[in-house]
Amino acid sequence: MATVNLTIDNIKVSVPEGSTILEAAKSVGITIPTLCAWPEIHHTPGACRVCVTEVEGQRNLVASCVFPVAEGMIVKTTTERVRHARKLNVELLLANHPTDCNVCIRNGSCELQEVAESVGLRSVRFAYPEYKAKKLDQSSPSIVRDSSKCIKCYRCVTVCEEIQTACVLQPSFRGDKVFIGPPFDLPLIETNCTMCGQCVLACPVGALYEKDDTEAVWAALHDPKKHVVVQEAPAIRAALGEDLGMPVGSLVTGKMLTALRRLGFDKVFDTNFTADLTIMEEGSELLQRVKEGGKLPMITSCSPGWIKFCEHFYPDLLDHLSTCKSPQQMMGALIKSYYAEQAGIDPKDIVSVSIMPCTAKKFECQRDEMNDSGYQDVDYVLTTRELARMIRQAGIDFANLPDGDYDNPLGEYTGAGTIFGATGGVMEAALRTVYAIVTGTNLESLDITPVRGLEGVKEAAVEVGPLGKVKVAVAHGLGNARKLMDKIREGKADYAFIEVMCCPGGCVSGGGQPIAPSNEKRITRAAALYKDDGAVQKFRQSHENPSVKRIYEIFLEKPLGHKSHKLLHTKYTKRGTDMPHKKVATSK
Amino acid sequence: MAAVDTVKTDAGLAEFTAEQLAQVDKIIADHRGKPGALIPVLEQVQEVCGYLPRAIQAVVSDGLNIPLANVYGVVTFYSFFTMIPRGKHVIRVCLGTACYVRGGQNILDRMSQILKIEPGGCTEDRNFSLETVRCLGACGLAPVVVIDADTHGQVKPAKLEQVLAKYN
Repeated sequence: MATVNLTIDNIKVSVPEGSTILEAAKSVGITIPTLCAWPEIHHTPGACRVCVTEVEGQRNLVASCVFPVAEGMIVKTTTERVRHARKLNVELLLANHPTDCNVCIRNGSCELQEVAESVGLRSVRFAYPEYKAKKLDQSSPSIVRDSSKCIKCYRCVTVCEEIQTACVLQPSFRGDKVFIGPPFDLPLIETNCTMCGQCVLACPVGALYEKDDTEAVWAALHDPKKHVVVQEAPAIRAALGEDLGMPVGSLVTGKMLTALRRLGFDKVFDTNFTADLTIMEEGSELLQRVKEGGKLPMITSCSPGWIKFCEHFYPDLLDHLSTCKSPQQMMGALIKSYYAEQAGIDPKDIVSVSIMPCTAKKFECQRDEMNDSGYQDVDYVLTTRELARMIRQAGIDFANLPDGDYDNPLGEYTGAGTIFGATGGVMEAALRTVYAIVTGTNLESLDITPVRGLEGVKEAAVEVGPLGKVKVAVAHGLGNARKLMDKIREGKADYAFIEVMCCPGGCVSGGGQPIAPSNEKRITRAAALYKDDGAVQKFRQSHENPSVKRIYEIFLEKPLGHKSHKLLHTKYTKRGTDMPHKKVATSK
Repeated sequence: MAAVDTVKTDAGLAEFTAEQLAQVDKIIADHRGKPGALIPVLEQVQEVCGYLPRAIQAVVSDGLNIPLANVYGVVTFYSFFTMIPRGKHVIRVCLGTACYVRGGQNILDRMSQILKIEPGGCTEDRNFSLETVRCLGACGLAPVVVIDADTHGQVKPAKLEQVLAKYN
């Protein structure tokens, strides 16, 4: 590609043709403030006008996020005119933005605050007129929408439409009436929102955020009559530290377990244990389908955003989904049955909390069918961000905590369980165990690298003894999942097994993880999980987990057995796609 | 947001005749799969149905395989499209300079009061829509009200009910 030479603030810059001024400036260490641009997902609507710069020969200031560089261009990023314009543009944004920063959920992580600081704004001449039409959409158990805070950056629109292809959040009306939200301003719960929360990660302000359940959990912890147990998803240990001042990708398993105990949880289990259990059940289900001519390809069912997406957009293909519950829901069902029985505690006194990288999990735990223990299996789901909030509220110096350990019998896990948190992890874990069950020996190398990494759709083929070549595929992000699903619809998918994770990069970058995702962070967090698998855990295959062996011996009997079927498997619901006037039918 | 009210007044598809719905289906079928189909389809469907309520937008969305949110975005973007039904009779009150000077605004206010709707709205019985226009070229008759194709000149607020009584 041709190179373009230009000058920015008297610094000579050479960048590839087609770069924007924003990118060129960044390459020489000049950060131009912006609120809407997100180049990694090709989102540069030029909407916020905060990134204006002066280009010699141009009459008006230009938006640097969309203005392409040209040979010999002379750019000035901090002239009097530029500083004045940026300040004014931010001031105008604030004129239409509530000023309740101190109690806003994004206090401290708000990009509008940051930008106001970076342009040197110290007063706003135009007062926000009465918190006008403060209308919260709290219909969804996962995501709250506060349209009064929306600054029309359109990031959520791009994420929802282009990356996740759910197309729920869209602009309507125009000019000063532009409104970002579901069609007809419908409550989120009535739309085909998957609850993935990628819009929450994208939102620069507090217009979209997770439904905060920390107060309910505090109340349970303070109630002496309640026995409060907690489980943590694989991806938490690779991201929690980041929200508490540690470097990205810090593996904080031990500190996380200690912190949970200090917060007052009576038992600290680990979702990684039921991730291992998922492999036993799902692997057995796959083998059963292969041997008995069941529906193939079979698709993973761990990711509740993906499940809801499939129910809305591919209701005709629901029988491809594994009937396995997600690890969270397996754990929930076991806590109020197996654990309650073992510990001699009445399940009605148990409050079951899970820490998830995910907003869709909040929806999942409230699904009607998730009460196989006789109670709601999981009572509260907290995102990584909410747990970090509780740890800060408790004044815990997280970075300096000693390492703790999980409780038994639902805590022990293998490396296979931990890699569930990265895209391709479930597939890799499943292949390890399926291979071992079928052939009686281990894979030559337990690292199945073709299914790792951030390529949108990954494929691999593994020779599994008498089964021959088993072809598999992995997709992350719902737009990528759609590609595979369309292939299945057309009858062109010759895979045996497909893994789908709703969020780009998998759970390490789920909608409940620390704000502002990037591919670099996805890779770094995933690396922490692969380190846990490759260098920390004693066992790397789910079927080797001693606690898994034991639960089959004394409680579940065998994978796909009677008890497993009752507690660990589920069914799905056909939901309409975009058709609120059509009736919803239930499958099976 | 106006959007919420629209949902509330949305009567579903029941208000449309089988013939109207068949025409809608045909319009959609004729355009299906063609790029840029949405705007012409909405235009023709509005012609058939009079307006574009949520249920009709959902039919278009389903038929063209375009997300409902995108259909709604286009409908709300262009002022040509309306989500408010059209009355059997359309009243246009002129607010051009001459009419305004001679009391056009009073006529409009009184009309709103009688019909219990804002300009741009439609009466509950769907008999009248109320609109404003800027000059009808009949300034000599100011203030002017046009109902359907009839021009009423030198209208007086006190006489409006009498005028409206003719339209049922």
